[in-house]
Amino acid sequence: MKDLGKRVLAGDVRAASRLIRNLEDQITDTYIAIQEIFKETGKSHVIGITGAPGAGKSTLTDELIQAYRSQGKTVGVLAVDPTSPFTGGALLGDRIRMLRHAEDPGVFVRSLATRGAMGGISKAVGEGIHVMDVLGKDRIIVETVGVGQQEVEIINHAHTVIVVLVPGMGDEIQALKAGLMEIADIFVINKADREGAGKLYKETMNMVQMSRDRAGVSKGWQIPVLLVESVMEPHKFAESVEKLRDKIEEHYQFLIDNDLISERMRRKTAAEIQEALWGAVMCPILGELEASGEMKRMIDHCLLKETDPYTLADEIACRYLKEESDKESCAES
Amino acid sequence: MDNRVIRVLLAKIGLDSHDRGVRLLARNLKDSGVEVIYLGLYRTLEEVAQTAIQEDVDFCGLSMHTGAHKEAFPKLRELLNSLGGGDISVIGGGAIPEEDRRALVSAGVAAAMFGPGANYNSIVEWIKTNTPARNS
Repeated sequence: MKDLGKRVLAGDVRAASRLIRNLEDQITDTYIAIQEIFKETGKSHVIGITGAPGAGKSTLTDELIQAYRSQGKTVGVLAVDPTSPFTGGALLGDRIRMLRHAEDPGVFVRSLATRGAMGGISKAVGEGIHVMDVLGKDRIIVETVGVGQQEVEIINHAHTVIVVLVPGMGDEIQALKAGLMEIADIFVINKADREGAGKLYKETMNMVQMSRDRAGVSKGWQIPVLLVESVMEPHKFAESVEKLRDKIEEHYQFLIDNDLISERMRRKTAAEIQEALWGAVMCPILGELEASGEMKRMIDHCLLKETDPYTLADEIACRYLKEESDKESCAES
Repeated sequence: MDNRVIRVLLAKIGLDSHDRGVRLLARNLKDSGVEVIYLGLYRTLEEVAQTAIQEDVDFCGLSMHTGAHKEAFPKLRELLNSLGGGDISVIGGGAIPEEDRRALVSAGVAAAMFGPGANYNSIVEWIKTNTPARNS
């Protein structure tokens, strides 16, 4: 496929998916297409949906797509599922729950595997958002993998983060911990018709009220806690997800009105620059070390305790990073 | 660095609910380093084709036990072609007579058809050695 960037700008879905794939596969020179589209990005409202495995993120996403489509808004979805740490394979099953939108040209769903990334999303999510953005999607929903406590990287990419909780996952101490519980702009208590939902609601509300004045990026925003239930009664379910949609819109407006959006954009851009640096600096170095067999030798030496990873890292850094500026000081040390 | 991963879409269409085979294949492919987009049961061919385009897969696979394979596979091929997915390979399996399997392959509809009793490893191997080249 030639001219991926131009084809994406022209609205070609297959080219868009291929571009995301080339980024995932780290195909050389893919960044040229991103350079072509980058100027056109930054128009969409990006919504992150995160929570434990089986919390109902995909089903919620499906209904949220519907809620936006009923308003005529177009939607892009990036659905992330885990890559096997042993084989590199993945079973991507999120879109099973979203198939009623399969033939709607206003909806573009793309599944991504984490490919070893640890933050709950995949490395290609940032660029995937750009791609969906230039395709003209009004709202982009990023569904993370089922997360635990620490996978919070979604905050680097989404304007509005929804944390989905379900009853029966732990006591109130869990709600006080750092990490996942801190990143929500909106809490959803899903499966709220189950036992323990009332207690979870109370605990979450307590936590939210205590952290009302947190110095986070949504300063002054009162984090809502929404109850969603009755997935088996489509009408009721749709109604509660429409409320969620309205809250999401309210939050985005809040960010704009209080000039907080630029702060989020800065954080997102910083994360992207770091990612690009990693690709431009670290990947070639690691590739060279692998190809020359030096990586293998370094591992051998470390295992024999002849040296340690920090000394090795220092040596490599001297060789690659300081080559131009102060070769001499490296040679001396 | 170039880390190409094969992507395969697997689905069942219509009211055919014999999904043990296709689920096992999905599992085997995952365990062989392939990314599988599994669509599950009761899909339409249009849903399958649209998904294949949106997911940029190398292979689009149907498992069929209803006897409708002679209609379904050519229709899927046609839909993929019309959506700009002419380079996506169609593969199939299930309860399909050998004669029909051969006819679908020789007509250029399917790249490969796997019959009852086909060994999972051989299917995985076939997929790995017959992945279409990607020029970009």
